[in-house]
Amino acid sequence: MSALVVSNLSISHGAISAVKDLSFTIEKGQLAAIIGSNGAGKTTLLRALSGLIPASHGTATWQGKSLLGVKPEDLVRSGIVHVSEGKSVIPELNVKENLALGGIWRKDKKDVALATEEVLELFPRLRERLQQSADTLSGGERQMLAIGRALIARPQLLLLDEPSLGLAPLIIEQIFEAINKLRHRLDLTVLLVEQNAMSALKIADIGIIINVGSLVASGPSQELLADANLRAAYLGY
Amino acid sequence: MLFLDTLLIGLSSGAIYALMALALVLVWRSTRVVNFAQAGQAILSTYLGYEVMSVTHNYWVSIPFAILGGAAIAAFVDAVIMRSLAKRSHKGSVSEIAPVIATLGLLGLIRSLTGMIWGNAYLQYTSPLSSKGYTIGSHTIPFSPLNLVIVVGALFVMGVFAAIFKFTNLGLALRAASFQPEISRLAGIRVDRIRTVGWAFAGAAGAVAGALVTPTTYLSPNSLDLLLVSGFVAAVIGGLDSLIGAVLGGLLLGVGFAFILQYIGTSVTFSAAFIILILVLFVRPRGILGSKVGRRDA
Repeated sequence: MSALVVSNLSISHGAISAVKDLSFTIEKGQLAAIIGSNGAGKTTLLRALSGLIPASHGTATWQGKSLLGVKPEDLVRSGIVHVSEGKSVIPELNVKENLALGGIWRKDKKDVALATEEVLELFPRLRERLQQSADTLSGGERQMLAIGRALIARPQLLLLDEPSLGLAPLIIEQIFEAINKLRHRLDLTVLLVEQNAMSALKIADIGIIINVGSLVASGPSQELLADANLRAAYLGY
Repeated sequence: MLFLDTLLIGLSSGAIYALMALALVLVWRSTRVVNFAQAGQAILSTYLGYEVMSVTHNYWVSIPFAILGGAAIAAFVDAVIMRSLAKRSHKGSVSEIAPVIATLGLLGLIRSLTGMIWGNAYLQYTSPLSSKGYTIGSHTIPFSPLNLVIVVGALFVMGVFAAIFKFTNLGLALRAASFQPEISRLAGIRVDRIRTVGWAFAGAAGAVAGALVTPTTYLSPNSLDLLLVSGFVAAVIGGLDSLIGAVLGGLLLGVGFAFILQYIGTSVTFSAAFIILILVLFVRPRGILGSKVGRRDA
């Protein structure tokens, strides 16, 4: 059975339906890229999967357990961690405090310390800036901090919302490389939402293309990349 | 000598304003509500202290009861009234103003309740400490052991809060939840509960203010109303968002008050608070330590 199963999921904002009858599955350890333009419903989908907003119809399960109707703070405790859109750090806190938030609910403080050390090794820039306010970080550093914080929670399923947003191409490459390295090392299942189709599909196992809330195509990312029609219509290159 | 004496009077009353301001700021930071009921909550906890004292005949024993009572009342107000209000109201201007109106209503409710239970008489909640000023050489300063306990007690409470906020995980969760509730939830913080803890801290601070200041005057259902006004002005002077600002605002207001009374006269007592407020806001519209950017609301 697949690890993440989304079937016939619909989500509405008031009268507007943002996600319509969406179904897809992801195997454990896979990286799936959800591709779509602005307003395609990608962020809405992640927000429903992490418990921030309710779904109006359909089901979503992780390893057999329903995700819908569970609060985000409880989902975090069962290994589902969402890094929300726009470099989800708390600018009023310093880097060290932002990282500490990732493990604040965990009882195993020894492992929190270990996980923090791993994050600082992965992103040495953060170690140099531990006492600095997160407000002073560059966009790329903020994204590293947001992902780092998520890792300290020891996630099994990582939901990443547009980590490339507003970053320079070189930094995007670094972030994606880090994500790819991490998921192999930690055996993570990753749901990566992106407008930047090319970079995302390059590291993804499978791609799911959505447009105005509905599924357009899904399959192994190499096949999607090779499909001339999709490339022209949705992948934007 | 007169100058120093006036300064001392100001610091003592300023410490109380600072505690009240601290209570208001703690609630504002955690839930973006100006809690007018704070005066009522503090009165209720002070009556509780009064009751404990009438049984134990010991002021010092009554204080922890008042503090715990104040924290419990505040936690109740948030968990039962504010939380359900927030859940029922939709987004928009009404949802922002409704909780504030609710706290005003609650203030009236608590006041009439305390009136029904204890009557409107002026009760004595007395401290064993002398209210006679210390004598240095031949000069008796207007600063008594009672004033000393007020200042030290207020500073102690502020120190405890500062330490909790700065050095503990609970403090980190409180700060995170007040700055960015959504990101905090995604990090696993139970924001609802943390907000209630913030209210409880505020209730405790208000209770300390009530228990310390009441021995200098008397206890009646509305005896802390003026303190609410001063605390609110102090909080605004301090920037409404900052704990240190609340303390500085309180002390500044207390000292400012004392000098106006000393050098201008008692006729301007009440207007003085607002004159000081307006002056400070003219010079620094954000308050002394207010944040530069308006923070996003949840």
